[in-house]
Parts: sequence; structure tokens; C-alpha cells
Amino acid sequence: MMTPPLRPKLELLRPELVQSIVDEALVLLDRQGVFVENENALALFREAGQRVDGASQRVRISEKLVRDSLESTPSEVRLYDRGGDREFLVGRDEVHFDPGSAAITVLDPESGLHRKPVSPDLVRLARLTDLLPHYHFQSTGLVPSDVPGSIADSYRLFLALQFSAKPVVTGTFRVESFKPMLEMLTAVRGSAAALAAKPLAIFDACPSPPLKWSQLTSQSLIDAARAGLPSQLISMGMTGATSPATITGTLVQHTAENLCGLAICQLAKKGAPVIFGGSPSSFDMRKGTTPMGAIETMMIDMAYAQIGKTLGLPTHAYMGLTDAKVIDAQAGLEAALGAVLAALAGINVVSGPGMLNFESTQSLEKLAVDHEICGMAYRLIEGIAQRDSPMALPLFEALSASTQFLSLPHTKQWYRKEHTLPSLIDRDTYEDWLASGRKSMADRAAEDVRKRLAQTPLNRAGRPLRTELERIMLGEAKAAGLSRLPEAGD
Amino acid sequence: MSAKDDLLLSMKTSVVDGNRAESERLARESLQAGLDPLESIDKGFAAGIQEVGVLWENGDYFLPELVASAECMKAAMAVLEPALSASSRQASRLGKAVIGTIEGDIHDIGKNLVSAMLQAHGFEVLDLGADVKLERFIEKAEAESARLICVSALLTTTMVNQKRLIELLHQRNVRSKYKVLVGGAPVNQAWADAIGADGYGENAMAAVRAAMALLARG
Repeated sequence: MMTPPLRPKLELLRPELVQSIVDEALVLLDRQGVFVENENALALFREAGQRVDGASQRVRISEKLVRDSLESTPSEVRLYDRGGDREFLVGRDEVHFDPGSAAITVLDPESGLHRKPVSPDLVRLARLTDLLPHYHFQSTGLVPSDVPGSIADSYRLFLALQFSAKPVVTGTFRVESFKPMLEMLTAVRGSAAALAAKPLAIFDACPSPPLKWSQLTSQSLIDAARAGLPSQLISMGMTGATSPATITGTLVQHTAENLCGLAICQLAKKGAPVIFGGSPSSFDMRKGTTPMGAIETMMIDMAYAQIGKTLGLPTHAYMGLTDAKVIDAQAGLEAALGAVLAALAGINVVSGPGMLNFESTQSLEKLAVDHEICGMAYRLIEGIAQRDSPMALPLFEALSASTQFLSLPHTKQWYRKEHTLPSLIDRDTYEDWLASGRKSMADRAAEDVRKRLAQTPLNRAGRPLRTELERIMLGEAKAAGLSRLPEAGD
Repeated sequence: MSAKDDLLLSMKTSVVDGNRAESERLARESLQAGLDPLESIDKGFAAGIQEVGVLWENGDYFLPELVASAECMKAAMAVLEPALSASSRQASRLGKAVIGTIEGDIHDIGKNLVSAMLQAHGFEVLDLGADVKLERFIEKAEAESARLICVSALLTTTMVNQKRLIELLHQRNVRSKYKVLVGGAPVNQAWADAIGADGYGENAMAAVRAAMALLARG
């Protein structure tokens, strides 16, 4: 008799608490409403018969509209890679890790200091993400400093699409940038219809806590919905600062903000794909900072994801990050806790690996370290499988004082399936470790990154597509006063 | 202990406890009892704020306590200030400070804290809010004869505007009239030095210390 493996799962809220949180969020939307600083979105709410106060740009949303919006939102999203061949299901308890996005600095492995990213850093990040198999998606993870700020968002997508074939988690910094970004994505697929049929990108959109959707982010929701691209709703209350101090209080606000975003998407286009995500944090009352490695931050993440799942939605979280400034013990423990808990919570899109310093700094070396963590997390949620029946009795039939298992065919048959072999984790004997130069995990990661990038050929987009991407990007660059694009250093 | 000492101690305690209603009530009671408002401020409420500063430095108090105590101070000052004579008013105030988050930046939690703590420590604070145009800082400082300009920036993309503000002060030949204090998550002493700011505060209490030191130096 063979028993299928149990998928390990961790939930933090009792179902009745989930219900109470959603109920309060619905009351909040109906009574207090949400500030929506976007006339297009307000017009959609007006047409849908919602109570809009134009002067204060505040809309009160009925429970019925929220229920209808939930009804029309798909419970699963499918993403496809650049070639359109590989499909990724975003939904159920599938877990996809991607590098934490939009860092404004990069950890320089030579100096050990944080500095502003330039084009070659973006190329290296895209390439490394492409090479590490546990990262199913890439992200536009660095904000380039060598192009004008007005094209920083489209330019990072331009490089990401060229240097990695993986689906990309991205977003806009300016309303005007959606158009060229959509053009680039469309160029990859060949037509708008083909892009909508096989989405290649997720657009992050963050409400401003408490209870506000800005001009930029509301428009991003509308634009992405109409293009058939999934929007990732990133509520980000900071407990006791921009959201209630209690975890459940923050969850009510989080749910209300996300449901408002979801309604905007559905009003813009019924059936638009939406991912219930977030980047809340347990506000540090000493430093005034937003620790992503705090256990309470992770608890809020797991809890809102559970709420999202209860509502029948795909989920996302910023987990697997650290607030450490270098790759040290804190970096390892916070990233590992986050990635493992996210996997146990069955969160579909987990953005975070590689990130240090709250959400400010990306590190390729840490991305390599975190890749090991993600591998362990994947192994964990695979669970324990019963491989054979009986499981052990035949192996002991010839039991003697000299019994060992190393030479058994059973061992050769199963050890690779049962056990993962890490590449950066240190399992040397002390003597071997001394002999190989007394290297730390960070040292080994730096070597690994250098070697991988030097030895692996580019997985670059082919010529007709590249020419088209360059044409679109150059048009944007010229409008921003740049006569040519920076050297990407490939 | 005299009734007056009792009252002054209660004022201090109300601030340390962050009991705003009590601070306000005690301020009124002190006026009815004929206490010198300047003395109530110095030996009562301000003594409380100083105690809060010590508790913060020791790691016993956190931001919510800091904010609550600053609110107490504000409430008490609102009652006592109108009762001050012109000369006492002068004496009770360290100087005027213009404060705001720089152009392009909407983050104002840190700025609000500094603003509250400066007020609590006796500065007259003119808070311009967030996303404040460079010119506006200068216009306000000129119009109000402020001595201090405090500029916050949370983003590395907006902190360059702190530099531009100082350049603009030079351009307008008013740089020497003001002490410029910079702060915000990406800001550090090296940046403050590099752009020629007069001071830098790592947190709200440090900002107050820097502001007081700057004005003491003249």
C-alpha cells in the first residue's frame, strides 16, 4: 500500500479569523472607502454606481462590487517564458521564487560597499537569474543610475528581456512608461493578442498606506488589465506607523487596499488576472525602519496570503529578504526563514532573494546563496514520499554484523531523488576546509557567480527581436535627451 | 514639597507618561493657580521631555512613547504660550525652524518626528509638509526670519535635492543666515559634510541635539 506524500503546509489564521478580517475590510471599503487619485479609475467606479466624492477623490465601494470583482478574477494565472514554450502556473500552492525587485543600490563584491547600479550590473543580474534554476522568474531587480530617471523603468525591462528568457516581475515608475514597456513585451510575442494569451510579465502596483491608490499605480492597474497582463497588488502597511499596530488590524487594511485594487482591475477589464500580494512590514519603533527580516513581517505575509487563498486568488509576498548590509549570519538566517515559511505557506510568487538592507540593495552573491535556500525550501515542500512497499524490510533480509547500505542497488536507485546536493553550502571536513583556503559562504558565492557568468554563454534574445527592442528603447531614450544607450558591458 | 513643586512634578510626569489630556489640564490649572507660565514650561513640561530623551537614549522608550510625549508638550504649549509675556516668549523659544521633506519625496514619518521633537524642545517649528519645493524652504525661512532649515529625504533619488537647496541658498546670498540640518534614511554625516550642510541627525533625538548645538554656537 503506497501513501502519497503530504504537502507540508503552514497556516497562521483560523478560518473564522480570516472571515472576520475580510468582513471588516468590506465594511472599511463601504464606510470609509479609499482615496483613488486617478480620474480614469474614479470614472470606472462612478460608472459602476459606486459613491465617488470627486473633490476628495474618495470612493466608497459596495460589498457587491467587491464580490462581483472576486467572482470575475481568475484563480490561476499562467506565465510563459520569452520563447513562449515553458508554462508556469501561478496559483494553487505552486511556489515561484524571483529576485527581490527595484533595488536602488547593489552590493559591490569588490569593495563590500553599496553603490548605485549601472547597466552592466543589470545585465549580470538578468544573466545570473537565468542560470539559477530555482528562480523561475526574473525581476527588474535594479534601478539603473546611468540613464535618466524618466526611462529607468522601461530601460531595466529592455535589458531583462534581452538577457534572460524567464518571465519577468516588473512595474512602472511613471504613467507614460507603460506604453513602451508594453510595446517591448508585445515585440517578444509578435502581437498584443499573443501577449495576452501568453503573458510574459507581471506588473507590481503598490497602494500608499493607509487606503490610497495613487495616480501612477491606479493607472498601472488599468493599463495592465487591458493588456491582459497580471497586476500584483502590493499593499505595504507598516505596523503602528502607516497601518494599525496589531497584525490583524494591518491585515484588515491590507485586505481592503488589495480588494480596491482588484476592483479597479476588474472594472478596467472583466477577467483581468490579479495576484494578491504585498510588502507590509513590522515597523521598527526604535529605528523607524521597515525590517523585512522581522518574524512579524513574515507572519503578516503568511496571513494575508492565506486570506488571498481563501478568496480564491493567486498570491505573492516579499519574503526571503534580509535587512543585513553584508552577506553575514543575519543575511542567511532571515532569508532562509522567509523563503522556507513562504514555501510552507504555498505563496505563489515569492520576491526577495538577493535582497539586503530592507528593500534597497540587491546582491548577486547573495542571490547565489539564496538559491541554495530556495533549493532546500523546494525539497521541504516536496514532502516525504513513500518510494516503495515494503519500505525497508527487504533491505534487512540478509541482516548481518557487516550490513551497510552504500553498495546496495536500492541506495543508488533512491539517494538522488531523496536527497539534494548543495553546491555552496560547506560540508567539508575541517582539514579540507583549511586546505581549500578557509572560505566563507560569501567567498564561495562570489567565486561561483564569477565563474558562472564567465563560463556560460549568453542566453540573449535573437536579432530580429533585439533590433525591435532597441528601436523602442532608443525612441524613449531620445525623448529623455539621451542620444544613445549606455554600454551594457556584455 | 510645596503645592507648586507638586504641580511641576505632575506636569513632568504627564509628559513622561504621554498623557496628553493630563498635560493640557495641568497647564490650565497652573495658570489658574497663578504660576509663571515660563516656569511651568522650564521646570514642568520641558523637564519631562528631557527625561523622555534620556529614556529614549537608554533604549527604554520607543517611537510611540516619543511621539506621545511630544504631543503632550504641544498641548501644554498651546495653553501656556498665549499667557507668556513678550520677553518670556522670547526666552522660551530657541528659535524658528523651517522643516520639510524635500521636493519629489512624499515620505514624512521621519520628518514629522523631528518636527515634533524640535517643538517639544522649544523650537518654533514651521512644518511645510512633504514634497516641498526648494524655493519654498527659502521663502518661508526668509519670511519668518527662521534660523534653522531642516530638510528630510528618504530616497537616494531625492537626497540630491538637499545639495541643490544648499546651492540655491548660496546663489541667493543667504547661506550664512541659516543653519541647515539634513536627515533621512539614506543620509549620513559624510553626505552632510560633502554637500556643506551644518548638521545631520541620525534620528529625531540626534537631530534635536544637533539643532541645539548649532544654535548655541550661533
